[in-house]
Amino acid sequence: MTSTTSPPAVERAAGEPDRRPARSRRKRPALPYLLLLPALLFELLIHIVPMFVGIGMSLLHLTQFFIRNWSAAPGAGLSNYRLAVDFHAPVGAALLRSFWTTVKFTVLSVGLSCLFGMAAAVLMQGSFRGRGLLRTLFLVPYALPLYAAVITWAFMLQRDNGLVNHLLGDDLHVVGTNTHAPFWLIGGNSFVSLVAVSVWRSWPFAFLILMAGLQNIPADLYEASALDGASWWRQLRSVTLPMLRPVNQVLVLVLFLWTFNDFNTPYVLFGKSAPLQADLISIHIYQSSFVTWNFGSGSAMSVLLLLFLLLVTAVYLVSTGRRRSDV
Amino acid sequence: MRIRKITPGVVLALLAASAAGCGSSGKAGQATSQTLTYWASNQGTSLDNDRQVLQPELDKFTRQTGIKVKLQVIGWPDLLNRILAATTSGQGPDVLNIGNTWSASLQSTGALLPFDDATLAKIGGKGRFLGPSLAATGAAGKAPAGVPLYGQAYALYYNKKMFAAAGIDHPPATWPELVADGKKLTHGGQWGLTLQAGQVTENAHHAAILGAQQGAQLFDSAGKPHLSSPQEVAAIKQYVDLMAVDKIVNPSDAEYTDTSTSLKDVATGKAAMFMNQASQGSFKLVGMKLDDLGVTPIPFPAPVPAGGRHVNSFVAGINLSVFKNTKNRDAALKFVKFMDSADEQKILNKTYGSLPVVSDAYSDPAFQTPATKVFQQVLATSAEPLPEVPQESQFETLVGGAMKTMFADAANGKPITDEYVRAKLDQVDQQLAASG
Amino acid sequence: MSEPRWLRSVRWIVLGLLTIFTLTPLYVMVSSALKPLDEVQGAFHWVPTTLTLRPFVDIWKTIPLGRYFLNSLVVSASATVLSVTIAIFAAYSISRFRFPGRRVFSVTVLSTQMFPGILFLLPLFLIFVNIGEATGVQLYGSRLGLTITYLTFSLPFSIWMLAGYFDSIPRELDEAAQVDGNGPVGALLRVVVPAAMPGIVAVAIYAFMTAWGEVLFASVLTNDSTRTLSIGLQEYSTQTDVYWNQVMAAALVVSTPIVIGFLLLQRYLVAGLTAGAVK
Repeated sequence: MTSTTSPPAVERAAGEPDRRPARSRRKRPALPYLLLLPALLFELLIHIVPMFVGIGMSLLHLTQFFIRNWSAAPGAGLSNYRLAVDFHAPVGAALLRSFWTTVKFTVLSVGLSCLFGMAAAVLMQGSFRGRGLLRTLFLVPYALPLYAAVITWAFMLQRDNGLVNHLLGDDLHVVGTNTHAPFWLIGGNSFVSLVAVSVWRSWPFAFLILMAGLQNIPADLYEASALDGASWWRQLRSVTLPMLRPVNQVLVLVLFLWTFNDFNTPYVLFGKSAPLQADLISIHIYQSSFVTWNFGSGSAMSVLLLLFLLLVTAVYLVSTGRRRSDV
Repeated sequence: MRIRKITPGVVLALLAASAAGCGSSGKAGQATSQTLTYWASNQGTSLDNDRQVLQPELDKFTRQTGIKVKLQVIGWPDLLNRILAATTSGQGPDVLNIGNTWSASLQSTGALLPFDDATLAKIGGKGRFLGPSLAATGAAGKAPAGVPLYGQAYALYYNKKMFAAAGIDHPPATWPELVADGKKLTHGGQWGLTLQAGQVTENAHHAAILGAQQGAQLFDSAGKPHLSSPQEVAAIKQYVDLMAVDKIVNPSDAEYTDTSTSLKDVATGKAAMFMNQASQGSFKLVGMKLDDLGVTPIPFPAPVPAGGRHVNSFVAGINLSVFKNTKNRDAALKFVKFMDSADEQKILNKTYGSLPVVSDAYSDPAFQTPATKVFQQVLATSAEPLPEVPQESQFETLVGGAMKTMFADAANGKPITDEYVRAKLDQVDQQLAASG
Repeated sequence: MSEPRWLRSVRWIVLGLLTIFTLTPLYVMVSSALKPLDEVQGAFHWVPTTLTLRPFVDIWKTIPLGRYFLNSLVVSASATVLSVTIAIFAAYSISRFRFPGRRVFSVTVLSTQMFPGILFLLPLFLIFVNIGEATGVQLYGSRLGLTITYLTFSLPFSIWMLAGYFDSIPRELDEAAQVDGNGPVGALLRVVVPAAMPGIVAVAIYAFMTAWGEVLFASVLTNDSTRTLSIGLQEYSTQTDVYWNQVMAAALVVSTPIVIGFLLLQRYLVAGLTAGAVK
């Protein structure tokens, strides 16, 4: 745990100057940059330069008439942005609605994934028969290729022939059957379906990380609190959860970014046109650019999304005080 | 030091980026002079099936002309994106299939070779083609962005056995008749009609067909969208009401996104009618006995609304286009000529169950069956192209999507009012206007 | 840890529910793959009435599944090897050196994790095309292009995790190696990398899974001959039919080796994560 707050390298460099590495560093001042170079080059090529091009696109009136020859596309100034944030007009209103849908979706999906992961990790802390098998089983959804997993869900969620209605209607009688059967891929329930699929896919990851985190908690902490007569419940609250806090903070951030930007899950589950109630922002922007060939407007929306994510991440990092000062 | 180390990478990346600014400088295909790249759309039962159907014909072409053809069959979910990529980059095939409804949209990008009269003359002239199919090759007054390849039209398929069992002796000719028949046919797990109500493009097609019957003009002559006109509102409401009010469509159909589900419903007696493009072959594949399958044109309104047009299909089908950047223009045109020759038209349309687009191919007995004649008749006399405007693909996406939502609401028991439909279409109008 | 009695029942209930949640789709996948097409298309039944292995034969004929599988495997594996290698060097630099720009680099690379794919997909595509025209190196439509795209997707997280892991390896180890006449890179390769193996395997698994499931970029950057599974599997849904049983059978066939590999390596994953990022 300590390296989070006190990076060994810094400590050593300050406290106990070691001549050998210092010399080698002086001899090769370029070395750290050389080591970073490949990573930097690829990030520039795939992420950073295209992103700047994308920002440039957002300032153009880049519709189907000009995609063949960008240099002819008239400048749009900030009009693409104005259109996107004019929440009284349909384009802006739709974007805003999609944004709130995504926020709701992300909060639910990340929350449930962490909850499930935490529950499973904590409950599987002690050893019991079948623990190894369960652990293996729980990791399978994470290892399954996304398309295979999500298309299976789409198959299960069909109204007439799907397992979900068969189970809930015919077997458990909690929903109607035949003409009264609920829909899961269209209408309001599609949001529920999307959350369920997303949680199914990501909770094993939370489980994995938290399980690793639990193994890092020194056993003597538990022993000490057991000596104090702490109950299991109290131990959970006073030892386990606080010790897992740093892990949880990273986990939530990582899951947040994945889930918020998730394109693949809704795309495979619903196809190119998601139901209104499950119209996530990534799909919405895809619709606004790739399907309608209006890349200026789509790029402007993406840039806004990026700004939002940067802001949230920064606020999150500052407010949780998680500053890996070394990274 | 740091700067120097990073510089080459930055320079390279910036070079790439600035080059990206003029994406049209590209070359089409990497083909040598006598090899064409051809992107075919998915017409058969699978992409592989398409390859098996097309390859012998391409070989024939190579034997005749010495020109090789490299075939890529591209599924529908991918095709428009691939064309978009090709357009943006200038790196595309030499010849490609496009959905004919995309003609005006793709024409407006300037990526496709215009088939002016001189070019058309090289492939046998305008006169050979069916008029309606040829009209669906681009905006009026502009040189076509391609030529027709496979012809299609909508008609109403019905299950004769189910009709007989319900005591109905002839198929409906008007919408009130269809609804009345549908009600007779709807009982106990069986429905009068099946719709692909979750399918965006199918919905958009019916919005156009029913709209024309009501007299709607979806775009004015300046290309401005008018989807929230009273006529179009009436048309779309009428269509959604088949499920919402008339209740002759299974609410489950709001989830239907592929044709096969509806075909099967008709084949297995779950639904009695289905409006679809010519698809006897697919019906046969899902186990429908063709003797039990009837075909009749899509009904008309009765009484006919003021300004209503005598339309019961749009001009559907696939066009063949040449990528403007091709370095093999002559070879590409030879290939187009080959694909539109009477012989190939017979072979290919017979295999795919579509309609020839050249009149000289119809002599073949395969196209003289009663079913095919219905489609032929519709295509030749009462089919109207979808709006030939650059925003056609946006139109399909937005209207079809809005209708999908309406069906989802209808299926979940929400009332579908005129106001509700108008509000949705108003939104589509504004979105179309904003993107134009 | 002391366990109260009630915990046993809670454990079995919670874990039981999670097991059902996890298992159900897997069961559907397996049972549907063993059903004939008309049964899959009909109402769902828990127990198949007819068992058939036919879908496992047909999957290879309906689409070129073998080629897609190979493409996915080559792309994902190369992206993994490259990503891990690059991440090792970058993480070592961040973990062991203090230099101007270090923080900027870290923050920049990490923030690329936030870029919406949709924002840079089209520009990236154009850059690939233009590089192809300028240099003759075909990135668009090639496995190479997809490989370098995917490697960057896992790079930020990999660098970050490995830097954390390297921090936990005592510096005395690489200093000792340097006394033995190795340069810093030699020390990295001979001492740090072997000591960090669990972390490296964990990162490799992550990189592989990231590449293996990607849909959006694969749909634009591949062509017929380089198409990967995540796109290719969609072809079981054709104009005339959706071959659900074949989709499931194919999903099963292509997932099995990956799942087995993953499960075999999972102990490294846990060990790697334990010592690495989650500290």
